[in-house]
Amino acid sequence: MERRGAGRTEFLRELRSFLPEAAILSEPEDLKPFECDALSAYTVLPWLAVLPDTIEQVRMVLRLSHEHEVPVVARGAGTGLSGGASPVANGVLLSLAKFNRILEIDPANRIARVQPGVRNLAISEAAAPFGLYYAPDPSSQVACTIGGNVAENSGGVHCLKYGLTVHNVLQVTLLTIEGELLTLGSLGLDGPGYDLLAVANGSEGLLGVIVEVAVKLLPLPETARTLLAAFDSVEAAGEAVAGLIGAGLLPAGLEMMDNLTLRATEAFVHAGYPVEAAAVVLCESDGMAEQVEAEIAKARAVLATHGAAEVRESRDEAERRKFWAGRKAAFPAVGRIAADYYCIDGTIPRRRLAEVLGRIGELSDRYGLAVGNVFHAGDGNLHPLILYDASHPGELERAEALGEEILTLCVEVGGTVTGEHGVGIEKLNPMCIQFGVPELRQFYALKAAFDAKGLLNPGKAVPTLARCAEFGQVHVHGGRLRHPELERF
Amino acid sequence: MRSQDDSEYLAGQVSEACARGEPLRIQGGGSKRFYAGSGEGRALSTLAHTGIVHYEPTELVLTARSGTPLAEIEAVLAESGQMLGFEPPHFGPGATWGGTVACGLSGPRRPWAGSVRDAVLGCRIVNGRGEMLAFGGQVMKNVAGFDVSRLMSGALGTLGLLLEISVKVLPKPECETTLCFECSFAEGRERMIRWGRSGLPVTGMAWDGRLYLRLAGPEQAVSAAARRIGGDVQEVAGAFWSGLREQTHGFFSTADDDLWRLSVPPAARLGELPGAWLIDWGGAQRWLRGAEADPSAVFATARSAGGHARLFRTENSAAVRLDPLPPPLAALHRRLKAAFDPAEILNRGLWQEAF
Ligand SMILES: Cc1cc2nc3c(=O)[nH]c(=O)nc-3n(C[C@H](O)[C@H](O)[C@H](O)COP(=O)(O)OP(=O)(O)OC[C@H]3O[C@@H](n4cnc5c(N)ncnc54)[C@H](O)[C@@H]3O)c2cc1C
Repeated sequence: MERRGAGRTEFLRELRSFLPEAAILSEPEDLKPFECDALSAYTVLPWLAVLPDTIEQVRMVLRLSHEHEVPVVARGAGTGLSGGASPVANGVLLSLAKFNRILEIDPANRIARVQPGVRNLAISEAAAPFGLYYAPDPSSQVACTIGGNVAENSGGVHCLKYGLTVHNVLQVTLLTIEGELLTLGSLGLDGPGYDLLAVANGSEGLLGVIVEVAVKLLPLPETARTLLAAFDSVEAAGEAVAGLIGAGLLPAGLEMMDNLTLRATEAFVHAGYPVEAAAVVLCESDGMAEQVEAEIAKARAVLATHGAAEVRESRDEAERRKFWAGRKAAFPAVGRIAADYYCIDGTIPRRRLAEVLGRIGELSDRYGLAVGNVFHAGDGNLHPLILYDASHPGELERAEALGEEILTLCVEVGGTVTGEHGVGIEKLNPMCIQFGVPELRQFYALKAAFDAKGLLNPGKAVPTLARCAEFGQVHVHGGRLRHPELERF
Repeated sequence: MRSQDDSEYLAGQVSEACARGEPLRIQGGGSKRFYAGSGEGRALSTLAHTGIVHYEPTELVLTARSGTPLAEIEAVLAESGQMLGFEPPHFGPGATWGGTVACGLSGPRRPWAGSVRDAVLGCRIVNGRGEMLAFGGQVMKNVAGFDVSRLMSGALGTLGLLLEISVKVLPKPECETTLCFECSFAEGRERMIRWGRSGLPVTGMAWDGRLYLRLAGPEQAVSAAARRIGGDVQEVAGAFWSGLREQTHGFFSTADDDLWRLSVPPAARLGELPGAWLIDWGGAQRWLRGAEADPSAVFATARSAGGHARLFRTENSAAVRLDPLPPPLAALHRRLKAAFDPAEILNRGLWQEAF
């Protein structure tokens, strides 16, 4: 529903009563930078955008929107990959960009209190003089904000050992759509009442606007070393990953790249990767020198018994960084060999790895679109990158259809449609595959407890029953309709 | 080891109770009733709903039905050299898996290995309408839908009857040692702050008049860490930690006293409160024992340090145990409760003082 000009004028006038002119954007050219997040295939201009810089201003924006029943979409850095921060045409885009201050580094308690617009990496940089850092390290960490991280429950290459955002956030201060300030969690290790902090993590801006975050800091590891193991088959690499875990190791990072990705990254960053290998496993240990020594020795032995064709060990920090350089540049590297790529984010039980990769290969052949695989092997989080060319008519649609098949496969083997990138607008259909009507209804009820009018980030994260019914009509899963009880249209 | 799926029965019972508006008191082994309290109404036992449904050591994931004895789960994990990282207290031989998650209590390893809720990956529940619902799953990373599974941890069964819970498990450390130092709390606090920032392989820090430090990891790392710490140390048995976890440690033995739990930032300096202290979690979990502490003073002390407090054990059935939540948060709790259990039949009354 498009709002009428008069409504907009009136709304702008009210905004101006408490926001400086520079904090209000209403001209199309000013709104353009907000037309999408990193899921750039979908663009829409917001009705208006605001850039407040005090909690009081945010509160008033929310109250006003609540009163006028105007939707609100919160936005951090806009690096989300699922369209979570993409604006809605009839709503306010609320940028937290000006909330970029680190409020406190408390080294004795190992806590950082920060505003939501602070960049992920900036926290670690501010903590470094105290020998501390913030562990979750999404590849986008130079740009993405902690508010966005909480809203997506983002992960990084070190989350097998150190956990996801939800494991590293102590307290979140949230404004509800009605403008009420809630403190979830505490500065201790748990909070009073229900664990709403857990619910806030990964809630994709649907429950409230995060205005402050307290995160846990960890001591910087004394040392870190990485093994790079090459395998002749993806299956053997997958077995080796299971072998490492089975041997009682919990590596700081455990990542895998297939041949296509290896070649693409080698051509891009010249990390010295063995480009003949079918797959490479990166395995990192960090901590006290003696601990790293022991773990690396054990990991080497496991990789060898699992038939690694070659195992290299980083001799110094420069070489360790080089090993990782390729992995960290994998997305842009693949971006160089294809006009466009589409990143999928399913997670599967690790033991199904070889089978799932095999079936992704078959699907790739069937759709005639190449797929590169680079992923967080330690926790089974796949990132198949579908290569396509949007300038070829129909190819984007084909890439999306292939993506949906891959996600269906992930659910089929007991996994999930999104491990860390969120549902946003992108995975609404796959959500219908993963959840049934009673679960979706429970999600709606939970959402309504926070936001009865459904104004915060509408149309994201949780599909409506109507949408699932519509999708179900074309999508018959395993020979059976997922929502047979619903009306079809 | 018994294995029986009683889901249909349990869901049926909740659904009937919902239709009649009849409250149900969900009961596992009863080992933590002193903590959770007991709800109103007819008892509904989970004890027949047992069994480890899925356990794959190389996945680090275990799924079990709520009536499964906690001891059985720990024994099965130990056979594969694994453990529950959150080191949960049993508080009695009858402790079940469901009660463990519903109470959400974690042991001494918690600051380093995570809490119950940190480990939770997914669950199947029966909500207050009698609907069987599944959230999360058996994979490490999952951001599809709101994180209802973790919400269940610590909710005391008031948002749903837990049928099945999947958790991330951890490898048992190759080697563990406990060092002990004679020192005051002031000095102990300083050392705990230092060790907390040191990157040593710590998995326990506590003070009971003496300071205890548990180190865990590969043998050579543990002995190197112990060497680095140096000073006047004595090694003590690891049993210290189970005494702390199960509250069989002498500190907890005075039956008539109230036992308060304060959850605060680890280095917090708290105001004066009457009673005796035992410090766990490197300072983040503090136990106050005594008969004199005024509830409002304890609540205020914890709050002003950025944490919260709760009366954990008491012989006084009329005692105030929970600090009321701030009004907007309390209202949200009531709406959430209604979202999961509109007829308010599940463990009615358990959070009464809080919201
Ligand atoms: C090259 C690249 C690499 C990436 N690598 C990773 C990775 O390794 N791991 C990973 O998990 N993700 C990764 N991402 C995805 C993305 O960076 C993360 O999801 C990140 O957390 C988003 O942060 P943001 O500040 O950009 O949030 P945005 O994109 O602006 O917003 C994301 C969501 O959060 C909500 N939101 C933002 N701020 C707030 C707030 N203050 N209050 C309430 N809701 C809010 C928005 O409404 C939206 O739903 C990558 C993205 C790119 C482009």
